[in-house]
Amino acid sequence: MKAFTTLDGVVAPMDRANVDTDMIIPKQFLKSIKRSGFGPNLFDELRYLDEGQPGQDCSGRPLNPDFPLNFPRYAGASVLLARENFGCGSSREHAPWALEDYGFRCVIAPSFADIFFNNCFKNGVLPIVLPADVVDGLFKAVYDNEGYRLVVDLAEQKIRRPDGSEIGFEVDAFRKHCLLNGLDDIGLTLQDADAIAEFEQQWQKKSPWLFRAHSA
Amino acid sequence: MAGKTLYDKLWDAHLVKERDDGTALIYIDRQLVHEVTSPQAFEGLRLAGRKPWRTTANIATPDHNVPTVYAERSAGVAGIKDEVSRIQVKTLDDNCEEFGITEFSINDERQGIVHVVGPEQGATLPGMTVVCGDSHTATHGALGALAHGIGTSEVEHVLATQCLIQKKSKNMLVRVDGQLGKGVTAKDVVLAVIGKIGTAGGTGYAIEFGGEVIRKLSMEGRMTICNMAIEAGARVGMVAVDQTTLDYVKGRPFAPNEAEWEQAVAYWNTLHSDSDAVFDSVVELNGAEIQPQVTWGTSPEMVLPVGSTVPSPEDFADAASRSACERALSYMGLKAGQAITDIKLDRVFIGSCTNSRIEDLREAAAVVKGRKVAASLKEALVVPGSGLVKKQAEAEGLDRIFLEAGLQWREPGCSMCLAMNADKLGAGEHCASTSNRNFEGRQGFGGRTHLVSPAMAAAAAVTGHFVDVRELI
Ligand code: SF4
Repeated sequence: MKAFTTLDGVVAPMDRANVDTDMIIPKQFLKSIKRSGFGPNLFDELRYLDEGQPGQDCSGRPLNPDFPLNFPRYAGASVLLARENFGCGSSREHAPWALEDYGFRCVIAPSFADIFFNNCFKNGVLPIVLPADVVDGLFKAVYDNEGYRLVVDLAEQKIRRPDGSEIGFEVDAFRKHCLLNGLDDIGLTLQDADAIAEFEQQWQKKSPWLFRAHSA
Repeated sequence: MAGKTLYDKLWDAHLVKERDDGTALIYIDRQLVHEVTSPQAFEGLRLAGRKPWRTTANIATPDHNVPTVYAERSAGVAGIKDEVSRIQVKTLDDNCEEFGITEFSINDERQGIVHVVGPEQGATLPGMTVVCGDSHTATHGALGALAHGIGTSEVEHVLATQCLIQKKSKNMLVRVDGQLGKGVTAKDVVLAVIGKIGTAGGTGYAIEFGGEVIRKLSMEGRMTICNMAIEAGARVGMVAVDQTTLDYVKGRPFAPNEAEWEQAVAYWNTLHSDSDAVFDSVVELNGAEIQPQVTWGTSPEMVLPVGSTVPSPEDFADAASRSACERALSYMGLKAGQAITDIKLDRVFIGSCTNSRIEDLREAAAVVKGRKVAASLKEALVVPGSGLVKKQAEAEGLDRIFLEAGLQWREPGCSMCLAMNADKLGAGEHCASTSNRNFEGRQGFGGRTHLVSPAMAAAAAVTGHFVDVRELI
């Protein structure tokens, strides 16, 4: 997993409540054998005017001109500003995979759906909960200022506005540690590699038949 | 101090480390891999530049997406017509080759449904921890193993670390005492258990199945029971090791060799709950009271003895069950009060990791022998669980019995259990199925699944509607 320390990025608005994971990445893309490559299909049904198919080259598809992510001013955005209950619905891990693959490393919203919130941390995406009025203020700033950027400093737990003013945010200490160090569950478990290896050695002495390479 | 349950023993034996947040690192002895839930896990390994921790702990076989028609199957992977399926199966082949994982590929006679192949090869053994990216992994608990299904991220986690992060479950004992009547099988027992405790009854528990009925069951019957622990809400189902277990394991390709056998048996003989072990919950059933079961609704707990009538929403006390019953009746196209034996069938499916082993096929063949499939049926499929099951059945002439009766004899795979390949129900069609899930759309969009034992499915095939199999044997 990519570490998350500070992020200085353009902010894109996703100005609707209850964005579900099927909206984030529609079900036909779950047939994919990959975990990467979902970026072009992020928000597929909102973003394009035709119906997307897995494996298709999206570069020639008709774009929805009214969808903000298609506006040049939000090109290259890495912070997504969203509304209440972002990420509700199915538990598909493809949703954070798609956000991350598109380039979003941080989502700011007044509230998130639980499973999605957890899945974000597993995949290097920082979800930040801010009070609804603060989020409102950020939407206004994004609309009023082309190229509006925020600096998200995870170590300091602060978001810096372009005028230098700051917004503090909460994050679970353990998850913060994992994100700062780029530790996914696997990375974390591998910190115990010595303990695993030692267990394995003892176990092999007791149950050698479990460790024979089989004759397939 | 109270004794330990079987689950406690298996857990303790595999505990690498307890963590401050209440979770534990559990060592995994065996991972079974199939084409649907593994591609992202392998890709994750590649992206992170990781290698499998212990390559030989993993065994793979394609099952969910493989075609079961001989003509399509005989051309191997390249012959799979559905492109998405073909790519998934091919990807499994490629990943296994790249990472050096043993795979029984599409036309290897050892290929089959992961949960049939594992025990059959002796690749899942007593005392093991077994995982697979598939919720029916509980099947392997029949051998006295700790086995459960995991998600794709966890498949990758096990590949990379040989461990899983787990929270310990509570202990539940389901004891089935007494004697089963004629024509009543392991499938009926597990359906009756689910009917009794409900699909959430086992949530948060590891279930051990015990009692006289379970002790007398063959290994295959025990697998059928553990297979459906997940349908009772439990991720884990288990049966204690006994002589039946040892006899089953002996001589299988991956089983301990002569030199290690005694040592293994000495350990395996400790794999039962201590007599003073305390369970958090105990459920008791009397085997003599269990009748052949049929599910009438869209959840495995919506199950009744074959002689019953379809319930009415008014039969349920709480509003949620009433509305669930209403929805199920409307989806299934059934009327309250209708006799279960009046339900007409369009298709019959004998197969799946619940009931596609040799004893299941023998049971079904015994019923259809000398009879003909009802003319009103569109299709009756028999899909063996593995290439070796198929070979054995053919050696015994079961294929001839099925074919002469008008059933189709297919190549091994998951087939119509989940309808990822071409074997599916049409909308509105009723199917007597030996599989494990009767959810809406499970066997095809709009399809109506009734879960039954192989003998009951066979009886339904020759009569065109449900019938108490005891009238035919
Ligand atoms: S047979 Fe059905 S339940 Fe069993 S592994 Fe295959 S799809 Fe899953």
